[in-house]
Amino acid sequence: MKVLVPVKRVIDYNVKVRVKADGSGVDLANVKMSMNPFDEIAVEEAIRLKEKGVVEEVVAVSIGVKQAQETLRTALAMGADRAILVVAADDVHQDIEPLSVAKILAKIVEEEQPGLVICGKQAIDNDMNATGQMLSALMGWSQATFASELDIDGDKAVVTREVDGGLQTIKVSMPTVVTVDLRLNEPRYATLPNIMKAKKKPLDEKTAEDYGVDVSPRLTIVKTSEPPERAAGEMVGSVDELVSKLKEKGAV
Amino acid sequence: MAVLLLAEVNNGELAMDATAKAVTAAKTLGDVTVLCAGASAADAAKEAATIDGVAKVLVAEDEALGHRLAESTADLIVSLAGDYDHIVAPATTDAKNVLPRVAALLDAMMLTDVSGVVDADTFERPVYAGNAIQTVKSSDAKKVISFRTASFDAAGTGNSATVETTNGAKASGLSEWVEDKVAESDRPELTSAGVVVSGGRGVGSEDDFALIEKLADKLGAAVGASRAAVDSGFAPNDWQVGQTGKVVAPDLYIAVGISGAIQHLAGMKDSKIIVAINKDEEAPIFQVADYGLVADLFDAVPELIEKL
Repeated sequence: MKVLVPVKRVIDYNVKVRVKADGSGVDLANVKMSMNPFDEIAVEEAIRLKEKGVVEEVVAVSIGVKQAQETLRTALAMGADRAILVVAADDVHQDIEPLSVAKILAKIVEEEQPGLVICGKQAIDNDMNATGQMLSALMGWSQATFASELDIDGDKAVVTREVDGGLQTIKVSMPTVVTVDLRLNEPRYATLPNIMKAKKKPLDEKTAEDYGVDVSPRLTIVKTSEPPERAAGEMVGSVDELVSKLKEKGAV
Repeated sequence: MAVLLLAEVNNGELAMDATAKAVTAAKTLGDVTVLCAGASAADAAKEAATIDGVAKVLVAEDEALGHRLAESTADLIVSLAGDYDHIVAPATTDAKNVLPRVAALLDAMMLTDVSGVVDADTFERPVYAGNAIQTVKSSDAKKVISFRTASFDAAGTGNSATVETTNGAKASGLSEWVEDKVAESDRPELTSAGVVVSGGRGVGSEDDFALIEKLADKLGAAVGASRAAVDSGFAPNDWQVGQTGKVVAPDLYIAVGISGAIQHLAGMKDSKIIVAINKDEEAPIFQVADYGLVADLFDAVPELIEKL
């Protein structure tokens, strides 16, 4: 079985996000970019399935700017076998919406015929949490979102999902789309020898036009602003003082 | 304008708070029809009909709609979508599972975690873990929206909207339910609790987390945790407050041994009163706290329990 893993290049999760003064967006020029943390977990899970002998080939895909090539090299260094880069934007500030990404992925799925697509549950930039579900819908496949455990059992996948209030286990027909949550695994670091080897692994470059998908956004960004700041509070010197303040406010 | 609102129904029960908050957001867009779908949903529908601002309730009962399975629920919503301009739900894990599927089937872009309605096409939503607020205008004919419940007050009750039955649910044959592992608790639900007490890495161990729970029980509060505490195994994942966990906005939020990483602040900074107890006076949590106490939590929390 082949597994497809979509990965996104996003602002590194340790970088302090700055809203541009003109309100046009978040400043992404000259900031550290990395693979979306949820997608790292997806890559790790695909590689583990290969190591267990359940999967023969792991194909990583990224859709965005040309620089997403670096993100794919990271996936290859972790252990993916080959990569497909779909260039769909020139400007690093242009986000390709999940609907467009899902449409391009659907075309790639038709070509590649994977038995399983594993992706992150959401990207930490647009926080949409939509691409996996959308791809599943476009393919008419089953879906298993927010996975914290994944077992492949013949032509079914048994998935434990993180839901409000606890966990849910479902069994879905393959082929399927699984979106992963934080606790599924801890992604490995790419070692230097593997980073070197990854440079020789195949990376195909395509464009959105190659797949005949119009990536024009449906959502126009009117403005981007800083979240409202909380007014500074006060420090209290003792538990007694804290209790009396809270009683004064009627909070307890 | 007409709005179809997918109510949060779990095992036949309506999640009143989440649904009523979504109604508040939805009624600014037009007449609200609430859809209660599930293996059993009639009682939930009766309850939903009492929410102020609801024009009509549709009840869809079918085995295929049980256990929150996305495929058949999405197909049902798509079959009803013709009559509506907006398809909305509270931003629960169930809605986030189902709605993007609906959006793709309607060739619409998803609007996730909407925190403000500007007009029928224009919405505000947090991005970058709440570090920026984006105002977006949708050009889609039908808008598919999940509302961040912490951003809206719950609509009142006392209404008696009509309840109609809708048929047409079909089993997808794609997925089946195996089991639920839901933590049984007498404590209030985290996202709707009036008071939340959360512990962080500073609590130190799963055993010591009992101290956080004791303070919570004294206050009739829900228990939360930072991602660091969850990752360290001190607390279960569904207690996690933050960007990747739950977003809460209680009247009182008490953060104990939590440093205040951006990811955590994104999940609680809309709380009305924030109290922080931390032994590190430099902890960023103090910058958002209304009342900060620099103290060892193992001294301060027992004293607080005693004096409250």
